[in-house]
Amino acid sequence: MNPNFTDGEWHRLHPATPLLKGGIALLAIIGFIVVQLRDELINSFFGGDNDEDPFVWLQRSELFWVVIVAVLVGLGLGVAGFYLSWRMHSFRITDEVVEVRSGVLFRTNRKGRLDRIQGINISKPFIPRLFGAAKLEVNVAGQDANVQLAYLGTVAADQLRADILRLASGTREAAPEQVAKGSGDVIRDRVNELLAPELDPAALRAESVVTMNIGRVIGSLLLGDGTLTLVIVIAGICIFSGVTDAPVFLLGVIPGAIGVVSYYARKFTRSLRYTIAGTPDGVRIGYGLLSTSNETLPPGRIHAVQVSQPLLWRIPGWWQIKVNLAGKSSSNGTGTQENTTILPVGNRDDVLAVLALVLPSLAGEPLLGHGLLGEAGDGYTNSPRRAAVIRWFSWRRNGIALADDAVLLRKGAIWRELIIVPVARLQSAALQVGWLRRRLRVATLRLHTVAGPVTPVIGAVDDATAREFFLSLTAAAVDHGSRDTTQRWREHG
Amino acid sequence: MTNATIDDTAWQRVSPKYVIVDLLGYVISGVMMTAVSLVPLLVFRWDLGWLPPVIVGASSLVMIALTPRRVRSIGYQLRDDDLLFKRGIMWQRIVAVPYGRMQLVDINRGPIARLCGLSELKFVTAAAASGVVIPGLPEQVAEELRDTLVSLAESRRAGL
Repeated sequence: MNPNFTDGEWHRLHPATPLLKGGIALLAIIGFIVVQLRDELINSFFGGDNDEDPFVWLQRSELFWVVIVAVLVGLGLGVAGFYLSWRMHSFRITDEVVEVRSGVLFRTNRKGRLDRIQGINISKPFIPRLFGAAKLEVNVAGQDANVQLAYLGTVAADQLRADILRLASGTREAAPEQVAKGSGDVIRDRVNELLAPELDPAALRAESVVTMNIGRVIGSLLLGDGTLTLVIVIAGICIFSGVTDAPVFLLGVIPGAIGVVSYYARKFTRSLRYTIAGTPDGVRIGYGLLSTSNETLPPGRIHAVQVSQPLLWRIPGWWQIKVNLAGKSSSNGTGTQENTTILPVGNRDDVLAVLALVLPSLAGEPLLGHGLLGEAGDGYTNSPRRAAVIRWFSWRRNGIALADDAVLLRKGAIWRELIIVPVARLQSAALQVGWLRRRLRVATLRLHTVAGPVTPVIGAVDDATAREFFLSLTAAAVDHGSRDTTQRWREHG
Repeated sequence: MTNATIDDTAWQRVSPKYVIVDLLGYVISGVMMTAVSLVPLLVFRWDLGWLPPVIVGASSLVMIALTPRRVRSIGYQLRDDDLLFKRGIMWQRIVAVPYGRMQLVDINRGPIARLCGLSELKFVTAAAASGVVIPGLPEQVAEELRDTLVSLAESRRAGL
């Protein structure tokens, strides 16, 4: 049933691919024609004739058959084109690379090196998901450098991901025997897949470490910084239209409201079935209700982690976690632009559990807990008293720490934030002293990582401390960078 | 030399000729900006129209006057395992980049710099913010430095 995709031979995608990719448009055209014909039929039965209907006019003219033939030829050509592009689209996976070639007239050939894989994403937009198809995307570092396989069978996609990760990990052990599941009953299979959680239970050693519940998702949306901004904007609009007595101004609110509602709906459905779990080949994060996406990040692919707390989340004590990744999933499909949010909302225990997954070497480290809520004198080197001039509230909290293999930056007293950068991923570091800051004898420390939502910067650090920290940091970066073996994460294990 | 200290005597300076290049750049942009700021005075005939050109002109002059010091503040040193780069007098910035993090080295020559026989060397990592650009290197030095950096990076190759 499932061919072995990793034998180094060329393989084709799921046969339903053309239908899923362009078929929707085709169906729409056919549907349009059918609707027109139905009107025509009703008219001819009940005699309510209408000469101005182009369809009627068409039927009566001599061109009728020409048009019918033209439409049929057009449809036929479309089908043939889709079929050809499916035939010409093939991929192969060898020990070193994953390679895709496609295109009928303009051939493209794309290779991704397995040891440069930053993550593998399986996404299932709603309609392909009904057909049991999934899109597999191999993220390689760089802009638009991803290798996409759309579409594959669901089972095949899971199998392929496991195989690619196994090849990339550098182990030489044979793949475990895979039993193709499926009862032979297509309908039941589909239903089971739809209802199954977004994590393949067979490939999982551990349960999802965080359980989402509806109450928390709704609460997190209501208390988020987005809502705060919204309330301020609405109040502003009300006051403005009250003062100027111009309710016409409110008209502009409607498109805005639609945008806001769809934003909340998207966030809600994404977060609702969020799962995160550790597998031998990395952290697996699942998202989505109707359209699902499921990303595996092999060890050592996370360049920076930010744990942050929007203002109103202080009340229930919730946090969110974002990361910087070198490879990014393309933004089509399931709204994957938020792939960098690896924990949409969670309490302190959830945060520590997720951090233990993504940064296993820091698990149980007291610096993490202190980084969330702590103040002064708990392992962090804090800002000096004189920095209160530029850090009014947070100077007690503002601090840096160097754990065994990660840098921790703790900042913010109102919007609390903890940034963790694994030293082995650090690209470079900068120490900045501005003109005013030199008077205060404080410096800004900037850690450079690949681009993403997290910007690891901390200001108002004592001058001498910062210089010392900078030097030990650069030494550690060199040391860890050369010892790092996560390119082939299982080769040495 | 270990990585634990910065040896302040080991800084390599850029060519003094780079002062001319930098100066010319600032003079040209200063003249252009002053010309633009004359618009309110000459076209719209504002009462306070003399203010913008005076402010712009004066700040351009300050920038020009500080150029030699600014160029002297640029320095780099090759340590055992990383490249250190510093610049700035008012806003000082010092960057350390491990050689193994290098993705590519670029050598650029602008028109004025080329007349003075100077090149600019750009050290690119996977992080856009690293931004290590060493201006004002004599062509010979720039090419030697590039080859040194490439071979150092090759011997200390690290992943992303």
